[in-house]
Amino acid sequence: MRSILSSAALAALTLAGLAGQPVQAQGELVVYCTVQEEWCRPMMQAFERATGIKVAMTRKSSGETFAQIKAEAANPRGDVWWGGTGDPHLQAAEEGLTLEYRSPRLADLQPWAVRQAEQSKFRTVGIYAGALGYSYNTQQLARRNLPEPKCWADLTRPEYRDEIQVADPNSSGTAYTKVATLVQLLGEDKAFAFLREMHRNVNQYTKSGAAPARAAATGESLIGITFLHDAVTQAVAGAPVKIVSPCEGTGYEIGSMSIIKGAKNLENAKKFYDWALTPEAQAIGAQAKAYQVPSNRNAPVPEQAPKLSEIKLIDYDFAKYGSSAERTRLLARWDAEIRNAPKR
Amino acid sequence: MRRGGETMRAAAGTGLRAEALPAGLAALAFLALPYAFTGGASGLGLALSGYWSLALAALCLLGAALAGMLRPAQGPVRAVLAGLGLGALFAVGFAEGLPVPPWGLGAALLAAALILLLARGCAAAGAFKADPWVATVTVTILALVLLFVFFPVARVLLGAFVDPAGRPDFALFLRRISAPDIWSAGCLLGTRECGVVLNTIWLGILTGILSTALGLAFALLATRGGIRHARLFDALSILPIITPPFVIALALIILFGRTGIVTSALDGCFGIGRSRWIYGLPGVLISQVLSQTPLSYLILRGAIRGIAPALEEAAQILGASRLRLFRTVTWPLLRPAVAAAFLLAFVESLSDFGNPLVLGGSFEVLSTKIFFAVAGAQHDPGRAAVLALILLALTLAAFWLQTVWLGRASYVTVTGKGDAGMPASLPSPVRALALGAVLPWLLLTVAVYGIIAAGGFVQDIGRGDMTLTWAHFHTGFEIEWRGQGLFLAGSAWDSFLVTLAVSAIAAPLTAAVGLLTAYVLARHDFAGRRIFEFLTLLSFAIPGTVIGVAYILAFNVPPIEITGTGLILILCFVFRNMPVGVRAGIAALAQIDRSLDEASTTLGARTGTTVRRVILPLLKPAIISTLVYSFVNAMTAVSAIVFLVTARFNMATAYIVNRVEAGEYPLAIAYSTLLILFMLAVVLLIQRVVGERKPGRLAAAPAGAPVTAR
Repeated sequence: MRSILSSAALAALTLAGLAGQPVQAQGELVVYCTVQEEWCRPMMQAFERATGIKVAMTRKSSGETFAQIKAEAANPRGDVWWGGTGDPHLQAAEEGLTLEYRSPRLADLQPWAVRQAEQSKFRTVGIYAGALGYSYNTQQLARRNLPEPKCWADLTRPEYRDEIQVADPNSSGTAYTKVATLVQLLGEDKAFAFLREMHRNVNQYTKSGAAPARAAATGESLIGITFLHDAVTQAVAGAPVKIVSPCEGTGYEIGSMSIIKGAKNLENAKKFYDWALTPEAQAIGAQAKAYQVPSNRNAPVPEQAPKLSEIKLIDYDFAKYGSSAERTRLLARWDAEIRNAPKR
Repeated sequence: MRRGGETMRAAAGTGLRAEALPAGLAALAFLALPYAFTGGASGLGLALSGYWSLALAALCLLGAALAGMLRPAQGPVRAVLAGLGLGALFAVGFAEGLPVPPWGLGAALLAAALILLLARGCAAAGAFKADPWVATVTVTILALVLLFVFFPVARVLLGAFVDPAGRPDFALFLRRISAPDIWSAGCLLGTRECGVVLNTIWLGILTGILSTALGLAFALLATRGGIRHARLFDALSILPIITPPFVIALALIILFGRTGIVTSALDGCFGIGRSRWIYGLPGVLISQVLSQTPLSYLILRGAIRGIAPALEEAAQILGASRLRLFRTVTWPLLRPAVAAAFLLAFVESLSDFGNPLVLGGSFEVLSTKIFFAVAGAQHDPGRAAVLALILLALTLAAFWLQTVWLGRASYVTVTGKGDAGMPASLPSPVRALALGAVLPWLLLTVAVYGIIAAGGFVQDIGRGDMTLTWAHFHTGFEIEWRGQGLFLAGSAWDSFLVTLAVSAIAAPLTAAVGLLTAYVLARHDFAGRRIFEFLTLLSFAIPGTVIGVAYILAFNVPPIEITGTGLILILCFVFRNMPVGVRAGIAALAQIDRSLDEASTTLGARTGTTVRRVILPLLKPAIISTLVYSFVNAMTAVSAIVFLVTARFNMATAYIVNRVEAGEYPLAIAYSTLLILFMLAVVLLIQRVVGERKPGRLAAAPAGAPVTAR
């Protein structure tokens, strides 16, 4: 009896000692970072150097981060949510999980970033943009003597049967952007007719949005539909891929940043917010092999980045297609009509 | 367990000392230790500053302790007082409408003392057959399970019945649960793809059958097959369980993907076209069988070693052929272990997340669907809760089937009687069959691990760039010499050290909690035992993602506010892996005759002494497998901890997931190689330290060897 008690007490003491204090009790800023680790780290280090504020950074996917912020809403743990595609940021704004903040830097930003901030009632702001498109493996294409794809419409050609990879819009914001882009480009019914035709050529709906770029790079799939900057990363690493921005025009994502409502270090969060919109902070992306287009007009655009000026961008309606009602409706339709449609 | 009524009463009322210790600890906690996690005032200080429910809790505690010392026979009064105290402790802050202080050391000790007093009160009132030891263990474990399994899980599952705004909506639940993408059986008719439930069940059954069969083949060969290098065999078959998730799947892609090594070779030599067969059911199945077989092997090997050779010798003496002996004696005795192995593989397959994620292709299973309902573009926790309920039902059905299949036959083989003898060797047809199954599997394992071993040291194995390099290890595990000393500069060090600490703390706790629970369940009968068993197994049936979200929802706010600490990771692992300890313990105890316990009791030992001196030494194989499993699982779990890791407490697997997401397979593989080597060392160490059960038996004789007496 006694030995159990004393060992239980000992265990409790050990646990309590190991538990330590929660990070935010000492840390001066907690950032949820949802771009790749290589970009997150130098970003936070640069901020620490610039301001002396210590950053505790956690990297997760944007979907996971959104779920976490929502679960933590009663007692928020994070201060700033930096990076990741705009939709979950807009949804967080819609659900009141993030804080309205007008940075003095707003005036320096590209028009698309300002518009997105206005649409979210200044609860989020664009930090970079990346156009949607696809990449194909040039070696595989040459080996099999297939024609070069140039447009969205090419993706339904029978030559590419089983050769296209794209993420599942239920799991990936990239793929949802693709569905929303096509709906805006072709009209909803035509877009779904197109998706049904393309479905025959799709070999796999992946879970992660960027995975098809890797599949195209290794030749696991001939064509991968992703954001172009993901394909650029593969090309820069030496993969034999060619990057295509579809001839009909295409949509884009706005990588965003929000301050979490109830942030325990609000002043520092605002400092980070303002700093992250400076040209210097936005130049870090290119050094970290992230080839998105920065939102500050004075930030250098990485030379490998797909030039937004050379891409036919549609006037993407972030307010409408970022709202949860519209998304739920489109995803339900995609589930019903595309996902399990017969391939033959 | 039969006992004289007098001993019972004497044990229930051991009086002063037994009550004095919890009371003393509680007094110390209440008077001197800070009540809250954040430090500050002691319980007394808080009670004086307006938290009257805390004063009530303290009074109840005092009352229960005094009653225990002065009027030990007043069991119900003691129990009710302690229960009231617990209730008051949980109400602190809520009752007064004041801010709820997060529990710290002071509060935890108060709660522990109240739970102990409650248990002793219950025992004195006649519950748990009036055995205070059993009462203490059961009530403590029950309290922990209610708090760390039932409460968070119930909280998140209730989400199935509310709409996104949080209002109860039963119609929505019905719509969600009847969705065609869940139940469709279109693939059987050849029209559409199957619903996620059918996919999941099908995959689970296939994985269960294949891995159990392979595990059995391995176990039979290792123990009875006369294999010369069975030790090597052990090490090789342990590899898959110490392999971090994703890596096997990545290696399979590198081997059998469309541009994979084997695929290219087949294409080049035989003109067999390249295809993507690996993505989908086949790939997930292969990777799951690769990771489950070793677990089945461990379970079945333990069971085979536990079979008393005397039974087999008897059959031999009676003239049974080796085949008949195997069919009528060995195999029936193995049935509980086979069922346990199948069940574990089935359930693990249901909850496996890493393999379907990488290899699933368009083949959907419940675990990935749940994850993406929470973290995907849908952001629909209600849907996730519905899917989790279905997964829970499937798992529970599996446990139910197991009880039905095993029936009530007796599988006791370890008795107090001397049973030295010679285990029978395998009949040759069985041996040939086992070898035929095991050899190709071994080849595949070697190929997979060849890829993993090589992958960390070359530029990019996925793209066929085989230039040798140390770059990946350098990025992850660089050590710099800076002025005063060594500095761990690699980006993976933080996550590695945290993972190590968390796993090392969680493993022994898991084994202790799990095996104690198993002992209570297997050896003691009391009211509510079935419900207790159900609750302890619950966490195993819940998908990791749901546990992760549940822990955030439940433990991000006081009174138990532990998100962002290392403690939440430890607790998550202990209660998530505890069922493995419970199952292993029950299976092992089913083979040990109760007369051993009874003999110990008759000789005057109390229950605690019997457990320590008799049961524990015989449970060594179960202890090893639980320690190994919980340590390894803590180091390799993914889905549960994705939501729980923070900047300060990051875990190795979370780091690896990030690498895989970024397409950096080489760094992921390099890190995994290091983890594998490390875990291998730990597993060997655990075996060395705990040692093996030695029931005084001889090794299996090689087939045809003369039986010599020793």
